[in-house]
Amino acid sequence: MSRIARRFAKLSAEGRAGLVTFITAGDPDLSVSAEILAGLPKAGADLIELGMPFSDPMADGPSIEAAGHRALKAGTTLRRVLAMAAGFRKGDTETPLILMGYFNPIYSYGVERFAVDAVSAGVDGVIVVDLPPEVDAELRVPAVVAGLEVIRLATPTTDSVRLPRVLDGAGGFLYYVAIAGVTGTKRAAIGDIAAAVARLKASTALPIAVGFGIRDPESAAAVARYADASVVGSAIVDRIAHGLDETGKPGPALIGDVLSFVASLAAGVRGARVQAAQ
Amino acid sequence: MQSVSARPNTYRAGPDEEGYFGLYGGRYVAETLMPLILAVEKAYSQAKADPSFQAELDYYLRDYVGRPSPLYFAEPMTRHYGGAKIYFKRDELNHTGAHKINNCLGQALVARRMGKTRIIAETGAGQHGVATATVAARFGMSCTIYMGEIDIARQKPNVFRMKLLGAEVKPVSSGSRTLKDAMNEALRAWVSDVEDTFYIIGTVAGPHPYPAMVRDFQSVIGKEAREQMQEREGRLPDTLVAAIGGGSNAMGLFHPFLDEDAVRMIGVEAGGGGVETGRHAASIIGGRPGVLHGNRTYLLQDDDGQITEAHSISAGLDYPGIGPEHSWLHDQGRVEFVSVTDTEALDAFQLCTRLEGIIPALEPSHALAHVGKIAGDLPKDHLLLMNLCGRGDKDIFAVAERLGFDI
Ligand SMILES: Cc1ncc(COP(=O)(O)O)c(C=O)c1O
Repeated sequence: MSRIARRFAKLSAEGRAGLVTFITAGDPDLSVSAEILAGLPKAGADLIELGMPFSDPMADGPSIEAAGHRALKAGTTLRRVLAMAAGFRKGDTETPLILMGYFNPIYSYGVERFAVDAVSAGVDGVIVVDLPPEVDAELRVPAVVAGLEVIRLATPTTDSVRLPRVLDGAGGFLYYVAIAGVTGTKRAAIGDIAAAVARLKASTALPIAVGFGIRDPESAAAVARYADASVVGSAIVDRIAHGLDETGKPGPALIGDVLSFVASLAAGVRGARVQAAQ
Repeated sequence: MQSVSARPNTYRAGPDEEGYFGLYGGRYVAETLMPLILAVEKAYSQAKADPSFQAELDYYLRDYVGRPSPLYFAEPMTRHYGGAKIYFKRDELNHTGAHKINNCLGQALVARRMGKTRIIAETGAGQHGVATATVAARFGMSCTIYMGEIDIARQKPNVFRMKLLGAEVKPVSSGSRTLKDAMNEALRAWVSDVEDTFYIIGTVAGPHPYPAMVRDFQSVIGKEAREQMQEREGRLPDTLVAAIGGGSNAMGLFHPFLDEDAVRMIGVEAGGGGVETGRHAASIIGGRPGVLHGNRTYLLQDDDGQITEAHSISAGLDYPGIGPEHSWLHDQGRVEFVSVTDTEALDAFQLCTRLEGIIPALEPSHALAHVGKIAGDLPKDHLLLMNLCGRGDKDIFAVAERLGFDI
């Protein structure tokens, strides 16, 4: 069983949804980012998405775009992201680690080499935002060979005609993007999310993680009542930005503040179904 | 042993069903956009098969745009260089002052068929923005144009024009604050308003079907030029020259001639301060294949696959990519790509203005500079056809500044 499957089996045995946290590797710099990453499991992250920064993040809003630019300015490269993943894996053998980003840096690195190096760094899955099912074979085939799961995205615009195409070849879990929009902008109504999760569950046995627009413990909990996992990205990245001084240097409270925010999200997610049952 | 020839029997068959020209093209977009892009593809292929669509387009091209644009024998320039016979395809005489309107009209009619009520677009020089705002005004659609802050500063007249036409101009402050970033922002806006909005991409780039659709709408340039040259000289031109930003005016001129082996084609990229300085916008000469804005194509990028900033005096050429069909034609060896620096383009701009009484846009001034480099060495019966794809009114402030005039 893959690390991702094992983690969702464990969550299901515990009768709760998981918390998926997103940070951009190298934001605000490589060492602070590595420290945050290392602290995430203890703070309550059940799965971790690690962003591979890209100069032109077309599906992201201002928060994650700014995080990517901070990371690039700090000298982050795909090679260094993989090294950071490997460093994380030395201290944690159970928390699934998923790389998320855009295709060009991977293409430039070499797709096969990327898949092999990611797996040997202890990475479990990859989400590439600008590779829809129609064109992802060029990554998916070498990834499957190397043992890297390619996670697909479904969105409010993925209608019933299209859904089978998205599910065919999907690995790990299905990431439901709750809004038609970029990260960190709108919020979806919880009723719409519940309906979407029910629709997806009827078509796939894959766990469903829901993200985009989840900003606080309350919204993370609300989603956790229906989905297998709540994904929080921009709100965590905003905490990082908030912890920088005027010159862009990380202040002394940054890491602690980010991790305690993650802990509050985790508490929300963990309490969600208990609260709902009462 | 038989040698394997890479030469296809036709250069005009692409793209394939998935939108590829060889390795290039495709549909590298977020899942949210996929259904929209498929809907655009379907609407466009239906329109293409509908004679009433072509009739409607022809009507507007003639009575609204002013087509056909003239084929003009540039006698003073020809005399000046003393070699090839230089012809201009005068797309700068179109309504709104550039070739961009050919494509905007076509896409606006597709948008209307799809029942869309709102148009968005990116713009660099502002020519595509003005052309988009124009068709939006004409067809009663609301319009938002995304434009980098740097371009807003260097293309003020066009910004005002768009506003007069009723468009909202949204300044883009991310990244290099030029065309590439405007395109990122327009794609974000599209993802966020999928129901009512149609995105009119301004060049032969983006996800399939845009590169093919824009090419088809711009091919009116080459089709007319072919007939006009035939009428005028009784034969086809020998060499075609066009400036390359994303490559739409060039593709529009080249495509109808691609299978004519005797016709040489040259795409002129913006060399900025010189390709060797690293400050340029020459994606083919100074870049390598990658994926951006929905397609695989030659891109300016660093060793890590991060897109690097383009640099050109011409806002319309200041883009780190090029349409995928050009990338393929380059690899096939069918089209040659060269570059021209800012300074060379400025010289050509002034020369054309003085000799021909035509103020060209800075974009075709690049093509003109290359014409100047080759015309003198070509025989007098060589027919050299350049796409004069835009007029320079929009550029006079930027040129004045560069030449040290205070206007
Ligand atoms: C007059 C003119 N020519 C050329 C271009 C470059 O675009 P393309 O290469 O798609 O023709 C522009 C873009 O704004 C333009 O305004």
